[in-house]
Amino acid sequence: MLAAARCIVRRDLLLALRRPSDVATALLFFVIVASLFPLGVGAEPNLLRAIAPGVIWVAALLSSMLSLGRLFAADHADGTLEQMLLGVSPLGVVAAAKVFTHWLVSGLPLVAIAPLIALQYDLPQSLYGTLALSLLLGTPVLSLIGAIGAALTLGLRGGGVLLALLVLPLYVPVLIMGAGSVDMAAAGLSPAGQLQLLAALLVLAAAFAPWAIATALRISTE
Amino acid sequence: MNWHSATEFFAMGGYGIYVWSAYAATAGVLALEAGFALRRRRRALAAARERQA
Amino acid sequence: MSTVIRWFWFASPQTFFPLAGTAARWSAAIAALLAAAGLYVGFFVAPTDAQQGEAYRIIFIHVPAAWMSMVIYLAMAFWAALGWVLNARMASMLARALAPSGMVFTLIALWTGAVWGKPAWGTWWVWDARLTSELILLFLYIGYLALTEAIDDPKRADRAGALVAIVGAVNVPVIYFSVKWWNTLHQGASVSLTAAPTMAHAMLLAMLLMTFAFWAYAFAVVFMRARAIVLERECGAAWVRGLSNPAIGLPT
Repeated sequence: MLAAARCIVRRDLLLALRRPSDVATALLFFVIVASLFPLGVGAEPNLLRAIAPGVIWVAALLSSMLSLGRLFAADHADGTLEQMLLGVSPLGVVAAAKVFTHWLVSGLPLVAIAPLIALQYDLPQSLYGTLALSLLLGTPVLSLIGAIGAALTLGLRGGGVLLALLVLPLYVPVLIMGAGSVDMAAAGLSPAGQLQLLAALLVLAAAFAPWAIATALRISTE
Repeated sequence: MNWHSATEFFAMGGYGIYVWSAYAATAGVLALEAGFALRRRRRALAAARERQA
Repeated sequence: MSTVIRWFWFASPQTFFPLAGTAARWSAAIAALLAAAGLYVGFFVAPTDAQQGEAYRIIFIHVPAAWMSMVIYLAMAFWAALGWVLNARMASMLARALAPSGMVFTLIALWTGAVWGKPAWGTWWVWDARLTSELILLFLYIGYLALTEAIDDPKRADRAGALVAIVGAVNVPVIYFSVKWWNTLHQGASVSLTAAPTMAHAMLLAMLLMTFAFWAYAFAVVFMRARAIVLERECGAAWVRGLSNPAIGLPT
C-alpha cells in the first residue's frame, strides 16, 4: 500500500516538475490577487494591517481552488485514471497520494510566499509564525475537500466554475479558523484555539476525504 | 383587535412598506415556484403524449 | 396471520405517481387553510412588539422559511442517500424534486431577513450568525442544483448529487459553529434576528401555523415536481404510455 502511494507521489511530482508553468501560474495568481486588494481599498496602513490575514487567506483559498482542475483531468483524459480504478491498490490510497502531491506543489509554496505578501501589508513580524502555521494546517484541508469537488466534476462542461460553486461553501470553516487565528494573535490573544480546531479539521479531512474522493471518482467514471 | 381602521392596517405603524413588500415578495416567489412546477408537469405530460403518438 | 409492512411499496414510480397526485392536492388545500389561520393570528391577534413596533411581523414568514430551508436540506440529503444506498431511483427523484423548493425557502428567508433588518437595525444586511449560515446554505443548494443539472446521465447525476448533499449536510454544523464563533469575534449584531426575549403566545402560535402552512405547501409543490420528474424519466415504461393514452383518460 505504501509502495503504491510512494510510486504515485513520485510520478505526480515528476509530471508537475516537467510542467513548471502550471504550478507557477497558480502561485503567481496568489501574489496578484493579494496585490489587487490595496489597489481597491486604498493604501492606508492601518486598514491594510487589519485586512491582511483575511486577504492572504482568501487569496490562498482561491489559488488552491484554481489548481484543483489539474488534479484528475490529465489522468482522466489519457486513461490512467481508469487503470487506477481497476488496479490492486485501494482507490482511497491512490487518491490520498495524489492529493498529497498536489498539496506539495500548490499548497506548500503558498506557506512560503505568504510572509512576502504579509510584508506588503505591513503585518507585524510576530504574526508571521501564526500565519504560516495556519496556512500549513489549512491548505491540506483545502486540497482534500477540493479534491472531492474535482472528482465529482470530472469531464463536465462548465467545470471550473461548477467546482468553485461546490467547494467554496465547504471552505468557509477553514477560512474562518485560519484567518481568525491570525486575528486573535494580532489582538494579543492566543491563537491556540483556532489552530487546534484547524488541526482537528485536518485530521477529520485526512480520515474521511480519501474515501469520499474515491467514491466520487467511481461515480464520475461509471 | 389590533387595527382600528383599514388605513392603520396598511400603514403598519409606519413600517408598512417593509412588512408588505416582504409578504408580497414571498407570495410572489411561492406563486412563481408553483407556476414553474405546474409548467414542468405540463411539459412532461405533453412529451409523454408525443412519444405515444 | 401476520401483517407484513410493505416498506418499498411506494418505491416504485408507478405506485408513487397516483399517491403523489392525491397528496399534492390535499396538501395544497391544507396549506391554504393553515396560512389563512396563521396570518389571521399573526396580524389580528398577536400584539405589537414593544421594541420593534409592527415591523416584527415579518417574523411570521422569515422564521418559518428559514426552518423549512433547513428541514428540506436534511430531507434532500436523506432521500438522496437512501436512493444511492438502496439503489432506489424513486428516492433519488424525490431528492431532486426537493432541491428547488429548499432553495426558494432559503431565498425567502434571506430576502425577508434583509427587509426586516432595515427597520430593525438600520442596514439591509446584517452579518449575524444565522443569516450568514443561511447564505452559505443557499450556496450549498445552488451547488447541488448546478451539479445535478450539469450531468446528463440520471444515475451519475443522482449519485453525485447524493455525495454533495451528504458532504454538505455533514458540514452544515461545522459551518454554523464556525460562523457563530466568527460572529462573536467580530462583534456582529448584538441581538439575533430571531430573538424576541419573551414571545407572546399568539406570536408563537402564528409562527407555528405558518411553519406548518409552508410545510404543507412544500409537500404540494415537491410532489407535483416529483410527478413531473417521474414522467420525464420513466417515459419508456408501459404504465406511462397507458397514462398518456387519451382513450384511457388524462391523469389528474
